[in-house]
Amino acid sequence: MSIYYIYQDQKRCIGCYACEVHCKTKNNLPVGPRFCRIIPVGPKPVRGIPTLNFVFMPCFHCEKPWCLSACPTGAMQKRVKDGIVFVDASLCVGCKSCITACPWGVPQWDRATGKVIKCDYCKDRVDRGLKPACVTKCTAHALRWVSPEEASQLKRERFAKDITGN
Amino acid sequence: MRNGVLKANNYRGIDMIGQTSVFSMCGMCAVRCPIRVEVEDGAVTWIEGNPYVPGIEGALCAKGSAGLAFEYDTERPQHPLIRTGARGAGKWKEATWDEALDYIADKLKDVKNKYGAKAIALADRSGPFTDLTKSFLKALGSPNYFDHDDSCAKNVNMACQSLFGYGRSELVYDFSNTKYIVLFGRNIFESLQVKEVNAVLDGMDKGAKMVYIDIRATVTASKADKYLTIRPGTDYAMLLALVNVVLKERLYDASYVDRYVSGLAELEAFVAAYTPEWAERETGIAAHEIYTIAHEAAAAKPNIIFHGGWMLSRYIDSFYASRMLYILNALLGSVESIGGLIIAKGPKDAGSKGLRSLSADIPGVSDTIVDADMQKKSLGTGHMVNLYKAIRTGEPYPVKAFIAYRFDPVAAFPDPDEQRQVLNNLDLLVAVDVNYSDTAWHADVILPEATYLERSNIISTQKGPKPQFVMRRQAMAPRYNSKPGWEIFTLLAERMGMGRYFPYKSIDEIWNYQLDGTGVTIEDFNAKGLVSLAKEPIMMPRDAIKFTTASGKIELLSSKLEKAGFPSFAPYVTPKKPEKGSFRLTFGRTAVHAHAQSQNNPYLNELVHQNTLWINAEEAEKLGIKNGDDAEVSADGYSGKIRAYVTPYIHPEAVFMLHGFGNEVPLKTRSFKKGLRDTKFQKGLIETVDPVGGGVAYLECMVGVKKASGGGK
Repeated sequence: MSIYYIYQDQKRCIGCYACEVHCKTKNNLPVGPRFCRIIPVGPKPVRGIPTLNFVFMPCFHCEKPWCLSACPTGAMQKRVKDGIVFVDASLCVGCKSCITACPWGVPQWDRATGKVIKCDYCKDRVDRGLKPACVTKCTAHALRWVSPEEASQLKRERFAKDITGN
Repeated sequence: MRNGVLKANNYRGIDMIGQTSVFSMCGMCAVRCPIRVEVEDGAVTWIEGNPYVPGIEGALCAKGSAGLAFEYDTERPQHPLIRTGARGAGKWKEATWDEALDYIADKLKDVKNKYGAKAIALADRSGPFTDLTKSFLKALGSPNYFDHDDSCAKNVNMACQSLFGYGRSELVYDFSNTKYIVLFGRNIFESLQVKEVNAVLDGMDKGAKMVYIDIRATVTASKADKYLTIRPGTDYAMLLALVNVVLKERLYDASYVDRYVSGLAELEAFVAAYTPEWAERETGIAAHEIYTIAHEAAAAKPNIIFHGGWMLSRYIDSFYASRMLYILNALLGSVESIGGLIIAKGPKDAGSKGLRSLSADIPGVSDTIVDADMQKKSLGTGHMVNLYKAIRTGEPYPVKAFIAYRFDPVAAFPDPDEQRQVLNNLDLLVAVDVNYSDTAWHADVILPEATYLERSNIISTQKGPKPQFVMRRQAMAPRYNSKPGWEIFTLLAERMGMGRYFPYKSIDEIWNYQLDGTGVTIEDFNAKGLVSLAKEPIMMPRDAIKFTTASGKIELLSSKLEKAGFPSFAPYVTPKKPEKGSFRLTFGRTAVHAHAQSQNNPYLNELVHQNTLWINAEEAEKLGIKNGDDAEVSADGYSGKIRAYVTPYIHPEAVFMLHGFGNEVPLKTRSFKKGLRDTKFQKGLIETVDPVGGGVAYLECMVGVKKASGGGK
């Protein structure tokens, strides 16, 4: 896992899909591939409320990425300094092994170039001290750019608030 | 680059050195959120919410981000177009600006000579820049300025005025400090305003409870603490019962009511019969739920918000429903309370001078607006619906030229075919727009306005607890042969011989004129894109709140209403029940689209490219419709196919579809004829309005629904 994590506050997320468009405009993506997705689940009744959950699915930037192990050309790489997993387009031959390997459907197909493209946490922004586009512009400030340690703390805080009705 | 480009300051410790940054205002919907735009080599590469504005802090919605896709899209007007075929036939000739403006000016002069200047009308989407369009009309000598509000919040606005004197937008919801929020069909998380969304979520994070009442479970319902499904068209019944409980149990804020409210005894007598038990039979909402809401709201008073309504205001009795919502705020003392509805303050309240109006030196217009003396008309004047009536009948006088500026009534109002028939009575129809709107497609001339990234607008005053001046600044050169609105109207005024009232050669000249005497300069907008006139929210003392009604009080018995011949309290009338196999057609929005203007945007189209028909699961079963089947919807000889979304979470009397689909402009290839258009089913509703507020009663529309032939999966 990379040293970064995108924490999604389910209570604030309103499923507005802005993160997907923030990502697409930042990465100049064609119609089709999406580096992150909001997957709505529900509605299911929870305490009398028809509840929708919006699951945010970027790349998780695994510590031991399935995609990287599967890549035969070395195009799929992991940055030593922070663990961000990205594609070196010059080495990608379009074999799609990474698409097969990734359990979460993260690698995307670029029809125009015949290569795989994927979420790299907007590493050019990260290198400038900025946050990924999806986090920076999240409509409801539901996404947060944190360390995995901070993420677990945030999750505990949210849970504590929820069970005490705050 | 042109005006207003600067090196960005650092903010929140983020290094921005080397980037060119412009503070401006989004234009993807009518909310007009503050934005910061990055420009590289003359092209906008990044848009984010203005980081300096509390509640925004970088945030932008999907539509706002898709502004880049809109900017670089080719499927928008690229040069002035003059019609060569029949109206709406889609046959156009490319024109130079001189040709197009001369053509318009010649026609306008003909109309003026034949019928007088008052035969020229203009409508826009109101908002912050109307000083320009109103001044243009005034210079021409016409009183006929209209806006879109009949299709929007007119009933709400009128209801608010009838009680407080203030209009709807002058009472600002203080969601982040409230303790209790009640929303009647105000789908606040999908029909969204970024700042408001964050204020509501912040309030809820701090413990505010939200109650949501609607005919279907939206995203807002999903986020609420309490969601209640209401029978369509019965909001007024539930509100009467809420007021009944508040009065009967003396739950109101007695000192506030004593001081500010007049007509309490009459209200008490009026609502006495409208008990929660009675309302239960009308609304389908259990009486105990109504008692609970009244009790909880009273316990949290005055930090409570009963939202004045938005989509609730689509029925024939919506004016009175909205009025009861505001009455609940008045009884619970929330108006001009922290965590309630705060009266908007202007520059004067902050000790500053206001902007100088562009019309300050233009002589007044002697003619009266065309709906001033119409018979049986609703409150106020400037109703778009009445403009249509005048264009159709020529009464009380003919209106023969109509300029639709960034406004698309054909898509927004009911029954587009009927509207086109009415518009055919005009000698001249001009659309000034960044889109091929449905109105533009039927026009004689389309003038392409520069996009919001390519133009500056006049400076605007934003009233609120903390009033401010805000600016939209050009970030890049127009990509096509388009012009900003200020220049278009300046050039037209010149051609109409009114150039002395529009002597401006640049936006800087206009800005300097507007700012004259305010002590604020153009440069003051550089750092943040706005100039705040107050450090802290300006609040009137609790014992000295001013209302702008005739009596200075909150008028439950309204002098405004009585004067116009309307009762202050109207008895409840139970809504029509749909016949077997038929349903009330309701409509609404998704967070992804802005009305009918964004469906062709490449990225937004990718997210939601057509609409579905929400239908109640039990009703669908009776009709043999399964989730994902094609359904056929019909009304008055018009019918269309649409995929059914079968759900338990919509009232059985209603079906629902997203508004804005089924575009009829072939040049917009991604959205052309995709999905069904709700307004095509609203036959004959163009003049069906709330008789008091004047808002269009879109939801007085019944449609037949059956399984489409061959409509299985």
